[in-house]
Amino acid sequence: MLHTVNKSPWQAPSLEACLAHLGDERLLLIEDGVYAALAASDAAARLDDPARDGRIYALGPDLEARGIGTDQLAAGVEVVDYAGFVQLVAAHGPHQAWL
Amino acid sequence: MSEEMDLEQGGDMKRFMFVNRKAPHGSIYALEALEVVLIAAAFDQDVSLAFLDDGVFQLRQGQNAKALDMKNFAPTFRALDDYDIEKLYVERESLDERGLSEDELIVPVEVVDRARMSALMTEQDVVMSF
Repeated sequence: MLHTVNKSPWQAPSLEACLAHLGDERLLLIEDGVYAALAASDAAARLDDPARDGRIYALGPDLEARGIGTDQLAAGVEVVDYAGFVQLVAAHGPHQAWL
Repeated sequence: MSEEMDLEQGGDMKRFMFVNRKAPHGSIYALEALEVVLIAAAFDQDVSLAFLDDGVFQLRQGQNAKALDMKNFAPTFRALDDYDIEKLYVERESLDERGLSEDELIVPVEVVDRARMSALMTEQDVVMSF
């Protein structure tokens, strides 16, 4: 299964709820959800375990819009573009959006 | 003090604070707030901006909303000085939670702690929230 979170972790408990249900599945951070991947923030630690397994992704255009460079991302977070988003859905669907 | 100020300025100047609490590209709030700020400045009001919670992300350097085919409005913050808007307050606790430092911001600001931010809010005639 592919999960997406589109809210900042300080704005809504969506990330927390998603991670509580993530299990061994994959999470793609999109829109304001990408702020959770900022290595220096107090949110990034929550992604440690799944990121180590290569199961956390962040959408590149949303990072770029927000001025987040790949060097500022938490370790293990993989950046994908829109085509990569589609590939994730195709490979790991169904998709659940945590709004 | 406020009465004196009113007399000096013909009594038509009010202290407006625009409170920005939302991240910039996930919703239209940040852009709309900026539009309203510029309007208030055009009416020669005493305008200040407060950035707290996710609102501090509006001031991050290096933003490029064109990546989303949206208007890249972050550079507009640099133009506020031309409209005599010089009071930009940023809450320290909000920066810290998000791992942001003052030197990563797009414009010079006054970083204040939560207690000072609270006091600034109570000094206003009008507080508008975005």
